[in-house]
Amino acid sequence: MSQALQVPPVGRQQVPPAAGPGPRDVLHAEWTKLRTAPGMIGLLLAAIGLTVALGAAAAAAARCPAVGCGPDPARISFTGVELGQAVVAIVAVLVVSGEYSTGMIRTTLAAMPRRSAVLAAKAAVVAGLVLAAGTIAVLGSLLAGRLILPGHGFTPAHGFPPLSLGDGPVLRAAAGSVLYLALIALLGLGAATAVRDSAAAIGLVLGLLYLLPIVAALVSDKDLQRHLLQAAPMTAGLEIQVTTGLRDLPLSPWAGLGVLAAWAAGALVAGGLLLRFRDA
Amino acid sequence: MTAGAAAPNRPETRSRREGADAAPRRHSFGHVLRAEWTKFRTVRGWMIGMTIAGLLTVLVGYLSAAGSHTGCGSSGGACHVVNPVGPGGEAVTDSFYFVHRPLAGNGSITARVTSLSGQLPKASGGRIEVGHGAQAGLNPGLEPWSKAGIIIKASTRQGSAYAAVLVTGDHGVRMQDNYTQDIAGPAGRPSAASPRWLRLTRSGDTITGYASAGGAHWTRIGTVALAGLPATAQAGLFATSPAYTQTVTQGVIGNSGIGGPTLATGVFDHVSLRSTSPASTWRGDLIGGGPAAAYPVAGGGYHRSGGRFTVTGSGDIAPALDNGPGIGQSIQLSLVGTFFGLIAVVVVGAMFITAEYRRGLIRATLAASPRRGQLLAAKAVVIGAVAFVTGLAAAIVAIPLNDAKARANGNYIYPVNVLTEVRIVVGTAALLAVAAVLAMAVGAALRRSAIAVTTVIVVIVLPYLISVTNLLSSSGDQWLLKLAPAAAFSIQQAIPNYPQVSNVCSAGGGCYPLAPWTGFAVLCAWAAAALGLAAVLLRRRDA
Repeated sequence: MSQALQVPPVGRQQVPPAAGPGPRDVLHAEWTKLRTAPGMIGLLLAAIGLTVALGAAAAAAARCPAVGCGPDPARISFTGVELGQAVVAIVAVLVVSGEYSTGMIRTTLAAMPRRSAVLAAKAAVVAGLVLAAGTIAVLGSLLAGRLILPGHGFTPAHGFPPLSLGDGPVLRAAAGSVLYLALIALLGLGAATAVRDSAAAIGLVLGLLYLLPIVAALVSDKDLQRHLLQAAPMTAGLEIQVTTGLRDLPLSPWAGLGVLAAWAAGALVAGGLLLRFRDA
Repeated sequence: MTAGAAAPNRPETRSRREGADAAPRRHSFGHVLRAEWTKFRTVRGWMIGMTIAGLLTVLVGYLSAAGSHTGCGSSGGACHVVNPVGPGGEAVTDSFYFVHRPLAGNGSITARVTSLSGQLPKASGGRIEVGHGAQAGLNPGLEPWSKAGIIIKASTRQGSAYAAVLVTGDHGVRMQDNYTQDIAGPAGRPSAASPRWLRLTRSGDTITGYASAGGAHWTRIGTVALAGLPATAQAGLFATSPAYTQTVTQGVIGNSGIGGPTLATGVFDHVSLRSTSPASTWRGDLIGGGPAAAYPVAGGGYHRSGGRFTVTGSGDIAPALDNGPGIGQSIQLSLVGTFFGLIAVVVVGAMFITAEYRRGLIRATLAASPRRGQLLAAKAVVIGAVAFVTGLAAAIVAIPLNDAKARANGNYIYPVNVLTEVRIVVGTAALLAVAAVLAMAVGAALRRSAIAVTTVIVVIVLPYLISVTNLLSSSGDQWLLKLAPAAAFSIQQAIPNYPQVSNVCSAGGGCYPLAPWTGFAVLCAWAAAALGLAAVLLRRRDA
């Protein structure tokens, strides 16, 4: 019994109380909160299911009647990412704004006073989870495309070998789609930290993602259209999925993903600064 | 016994009824409505959200107009292209080759068409090459709506009133008048073995079109009235062929139309003009065309040997479409910000009820007005009315402001009549109102704001986005825009879809598969279904 009492002081000596919880503790706390928050597992499963389902539906709706037909089979298979990203954004937004709506954030910040460490831990946990879920979703989409597309004219005879990760551009499209989802999560996390309210944050993120491409498609000025496509997080980021007609892209695939990374970084920095200087 | 048992019961029933009446009087719909309106207007974030919705609707369109410059050729300077305006006030294309004589007073024109052939631009590797000369770079081929026939036209001025009977590439004999009207006649393309006889007769302002296979038995196709047709009109033969367009998909967003002008050649004989006017010679005129033409034209001409006329023309006699081969944009582009306003409205609409769940206010609300269906109706009325007023104000400001900016940048705006403009303004307001009700209903069903907002945004915006980015085949897009709530954006379509004009109908070009109010009804059906679900769930579940 006396031994049992002696153990905690040893721990305290190793981590002085002034330093507060270490990075691993913060990470562990955020992981526990995310894991036990109601509905999170369901949302991640929904992200996977919706991504694969929309990808399969797009593959079933696509047609390639002859050699030289327009559609890009990798992009069709990964269409579901356009829907899955919305659910991923909800997960990221709820990780932050959920705490604000219940007042939990004050407990969190009292326990872990280094606010940037809290945000970094949340980012790491959410990004890790989304990378895992995104990998499952993208592989599922690839499998669906591989099974469905050959039946709709995407055959070797029309110039389309079956989708395979052994093919460089397809591997880049698949890995890039997973990274895309993780970056969307970070963008959502940053936006939610800045805005705090979940409805406003999700409206902001989805507006940014979905509306700029619509404006780009509708404007008649070609220069303006190109600039919008290069700057919009969704169109720039999804260029990572393109495997045909790379010459006509407004940006190269990795540069496009870089634009999204810049948006995510900007949102995280803005959220981090506001978190640091604002009362919770 | 029954009477005795009934008598003591009666007062009791009455008093219970009075009690039941008294409670609803306190919770009458007017009171619930007033309570909901008070809630809405006292939450500062919601009022700010609605203001943002209105501002976004106006400003995004303004920025888009400010960034859109239309240049002419390689010089890049502003170039003011103007389409002719038809008798109905709409922009029209009026480019063709016209071999004509004056027709004074009543009379008729008859001709036999023995052949219709044409030339299309060469397609090579998905790119269309159009030659510099009238004939260079063209391959034999016929557009489905290539036309040759006889026409009575008020004058040779572009946009003047006309009526014509004509043969087409793939759509048989037609009678068309004043650009927008089209009546089907006998099917089939003319040939030497099976020629088509065509006739137009004028009686006052009334023109009747006939067709015949052998020249003996005539079938009346239609009778049309051309208001204000002058005493001496121009009657004769014409040929024209619309521009060839093909959509190519490229990159992340890609529907750029490529194409070029085409030619059609009609061969006529047995041409006779009966009228009281003194005999005059046939005269050939190229209507439209030239370097400043809004519609691409490859040239034209005619050749006569004896009684045989060979007429070659290029262009179209039809309504001008904003997503067609001509230059310009329609007023719906000035409302491109509606999507942004819509998202703000959806956020506020969902929060209008989810915020009550989050703060537990819903229990107080339901205690105060226990009739839950009535509460939902009151919320729907308040949020719908606020969104309607916001949308109405935004559209009234956005259209003139953004059109003026686009015009100042050298863009041509297609004219629309007042009724269409009113429909677009009121429709935009109604679109935001119904979307807000849909968001509120989904919020009531799901209770969590982030999930409700995402559901509504995804359901409304994603199908539209998938359509404009041309991910699916065009038939898939058409299905999507007939079933999804985004079908309601057809209420903003300024230029109608005309079946007699070949046109790639894409959402990116502002063209929707459903008629304006039908498309709007699709969104209403979604909102009604969501409200029904919300009413059932609200009644069944504990708050």
